[in-house]
Amino acid sequence: MNFPILSYLILLPTIGALFIFFTKSNKENNITFKYVALFTSIVNFFLSIYLWILFDQSTSEFQFVENRVWIEDFINYKVGIDGISILFIILTTFITPLCIISVNNSIKNRLSEFLIAVLIMESFMIGVFCSLDLVIFYLFFEAGLIPMFLIIGIWGGSRRVYSAFKFFLYTLLGSVLMLVAIISIYWLSGTTDLVQLYELGINAKYQNLLWLAFFSSFAVKTPMWPFHTWLPDAHVEAPTAGSVLLAAILLKMAGYGFIRFSLGLFPIASEIFTPLIYILSVIAIIFTSFIALMQEDMKKLIAYSSVAHMGFVTLGIFTIQQQGIEGSIIQMISHGLVSAALFLCVGVVYDRMHSRLIDTYGGIVSIVPKYSVLFMLFTLAALGLPGTSGFVGEFLILMGVFKDNFLVAVIASLGVIIGAAYMLWLYKRVVFGKLVNSDLKQMVDLNKSELFILSCLAIPTLFFGFYPDPLINTIEVSISNLIEVYNSNIMIN
Amino acid sequence: MTNLELVFPEIFLSLSIMFLLILGVFKKDSSKLILNTSLITLLITAVITFNETLSIQETLLFNDSIIIDYLSSFMKIVTLLAAFLVLLISTNYLKIFRIFKIEYPILILSSVLGMMVMISSNDLIVFYMGLELQSLALYVLASFNRDQLKSSEAGLKYFVLSALSSGLLLYGCSLIYGFTGSTNFNIIANQLSSNEYTLTFGIVFILVGLAFKISAVPFHMWAPDVYEGSPTSVTLFFTMVPKIAALTVFIRFLYVPFLNLIDQWQMILIFLSIASMLFGAIAAIGQTNLKRLIAYSSIGHVGYTLAGLATGSNDGIQNSIIYITIYILMNLGLFSCLLMFKRDNKYYENIEDLSGLSKNHPLLSLSLLVILFSLAGIPPLAGFFAKFYIFKSVIEQSMYFLAIVGLLSTVVAAFYYLRIIKIIYFDKEKEKYDTDHGLWLKLSLTGSTLIILMYFIFPGQLIEVISRINII
Repeated sequence: MNFPILSYLILLPTIGALFIFFTKSNKENNITFKYVALFTSIVNFFLSIYLWILFDQSTSEFQFVENRVWIEDFINYKVGIDGISILFIILTTFITPLCIISVNNSIKNRLSEFLIAVLIMESFMIGVFCSLDLVIFYLFFEAGLIPMFLIIGIWGGSRRVYSAFKFFLYTLLGSVLMLVAIISIYWLSGTTDLVQLYELGINAKYQNLLWLAFFSSFAVKTPMWPFHTWLPDAHVEAPTAGSVLLAAILLKMAGYGFIRFSLGLFPIASEIFTPLIYILSVIAIIFTSFIALMQEDMKKLIAYSSVAHMGFVTLGIFTIQQQGIEGSIIQMISHGLVSAALFLCVGVVYDRMHSRLIDTYGGIVSIVPKYSVLFMLFTLAALGLPGTSGFVGEFLILMGVFKDNFLVAVIASLGVIIGAAYMLWLYKRVVFGKLVNSDLKQMVDLNKSELFILSCLAIPTLFFGFYPDPLINTIEVSISNLIEVYNSNIMIN
Repeated sequence: MTNLELVFPEIFLSLSIMFLLILGVFKKDSSKLILNTSLITLLITAVITFNETLSIQETLLFNDSIIIDYLSSFMKIVTLLAAFLVLLISTNYLKIFRIFKIEYPILILSSVLGMMVMISSNDLIVFYMGLELQSLALYVLASFNRDQLKSSEAGLKYFVLSALSSGLLLYGCSLIYGFTGSTNFNIIANQLSSNEYTLTFGIVFILVGLAFKISAVPFHMWAPDVYEGSPTSVTLFFTMVPKIAALTVFIRFLYVPFLNLIDQWQMILIFLSIASMLFGAIAAIGQTNLKRLIAYSSIGHVGYTLAGLATGSNDGIQNSIIYITIYILMNLGLFSCLLMFKRDNKYYENIEDLSGLSKNHPLLSLSLLVILFSLAGIPPLAGFFAKFYIFKSVIEQSMYFLAIVGLLSTVVAAFYYLRIIKIIYFDKEKEKYDTDHGLWLKLSLTGSTLIILMYFIFPGQLIEVISRINII
């Protein structure tokens, strides 16, 4: 491969952002900005689809690898993908154009700056998913804080400053320990190149501490209970497009990190700490589901449901079973689509009524029928109804967990029921029932762009619900290889 | 015969200072001429240093009391260029405060001369002479805006406290002389073996003096007051230039004569470093004046620089130098912004005055955003790499405690940088500031911002330049 397709994927959004930056801003230009941003992100999406077509599913080796000297004798700029990372890249490039379309309705001021932030964010996130060097990974992982901080802080709601600070400082605090671990790995093994590290392995003596350092970063980012408190705040205050990016992609960086780094680099420590992850995940699933049940703010409810869903993801990852990890990845993709759609659904009614409180709504089914249908679909997908992608993920995860630990699986399955309760109750209170508020009669149904965005999210949700093979085929070989290496490492020690 | 051409930069600079002084006395209204000549002098001195000494092997001159090597040449060039940039961008400020006088550039040149002597010193007496020369010039500079109470107060405070620390330093020098019988670094190094423990007293006194000069905690008390009171252009000079020379002396003093006593001074350095990082981060949170805030932030940054020195490895020294170089660059950008907050011939320096800056001045705010995130050490900006290298050396020596405390204090420090960003970007806008800034000011802001932003593309260049510094 001479064509450095991954670098182009990373660079292209930034180039679009630069283009917007250097165009003088005035009222008419706002439309141009949007088209530029949309164009770049759609080109990027097709590029990533092209990448998927070229991708060889039969090998677990890293593909499309680029390796350039960056700092002499120290760090190489190394990117590449395998079956685990490619789906996240496609998810990123798929969600970003939808975010850009959705700003029509929600972002009123400083549009060009918002688009720049979103595009740069896309660059960083693609960078996270395809970097094959720990330092490069850290660079992208941390750099994403800057645009997200600005998105929440500038375009957010009334308590935006508090939320932006909390988001930034929480995640930074988690990450600095990871930086210590990365530098320590460099001095222990003499390299930060992931492929070499996989081969060399890391001395079992140090694995526990290193694992904990990585865990501190990923646990905050996932977020796992009890490190999740930043997420509801950030979600509630962020503008719709910001919430979508946060839920759909940012949270996945940690899940990806767990698979790629915690399992890949520290198998022995992972084995030791699996009970910890199980306990935290189960608490996350049950505890945050109950909290979600009590929420009065729609966005907050969905935010807590995200924590619960991510609890399933971490649970699945640490089963170290083929089904468990496959399920986790599919659950992450599915959650990316569904939570994005749910936040957009909340955004739709918020743009019309300027309220996110559940009390404000009720009985809107006859006023906005199209909206109600799509909202229904995503509600069902969130609670994991068979036929939606949510079911595939949850089912595979529970299967993996049953193989590993019966008790945990039973408790986690209870979480599915509570999940169904809070989602259906939310839907019932918002859509069905008596029309409590006469202002609601003024509501108009979905406009074209909203309908388009939600349909775009609905199609893959249903498609992968009925036919998850394309996803499973892509990740299968990489995961079985990961598990094989993992088990052989455990055997040796 | 000594190789006089190796000290030609110092000779040229001192002759120029004398010439400019005479010119200023005899020619009326010559402040502009003298400023321009000083700028050219600084540049020429830098070029001479570059040509004559940069590629020279380590050479000792004047009875081994002066050392010319790559470290000294590099640090001299950085000092000269930094002083050049400070003079270049502060013209407008001086004019507005009516302190655009002939003495100003001449004092800066004298202090630079003192620093060059410090950087090259290989002898306690030479080092002390250089130190006093630069300090005396700095006292006057701090109180340069003499009609203002705060400026006079700053000068006086700086003078009294600095004199005290010089006294401690001299006492340390005399102790070392008493125990080893020499003031020369190389001879001291050879005399070490016999009476190690008593020597520690001397080292501690000298370290206290040096820590005072670079404002490391707990010898930092003067910094916030002096930084706030001095004219902004002088504060800029304070934050950038004297630190380079002091750092060089730190390196030279610890690593040439006393490398064998590393067990004795390493703990002191680790303490200074941790205290500075933590205190700088925590004390800056409550500040409302930008210059005071920068003072505390500079205390924090000194802590990181000292962390590199505490490692006792060549790598650590190099990374400290990289840190200070990048820090100087960030400070240049930060102060370029500060010098732009001007409305109707009045400069604004409270944080609240920046409220909503991004609406009226989008480009200025964007530059400030980049600089502040870089100071906070967020990737992919230059400030991150500076910290990254430091912690790389620190962890190489297995000093995990220092590394973790340092990184945690970056999180605390991030808070107050974010607070400024919050005020700029999230708060309501106020009146516009003037936009008729000098070309040089705009250039220095754009240049420093671009370098900070683009540093990640070629991070190897600076390392390559600095990797030639070998002390141990």
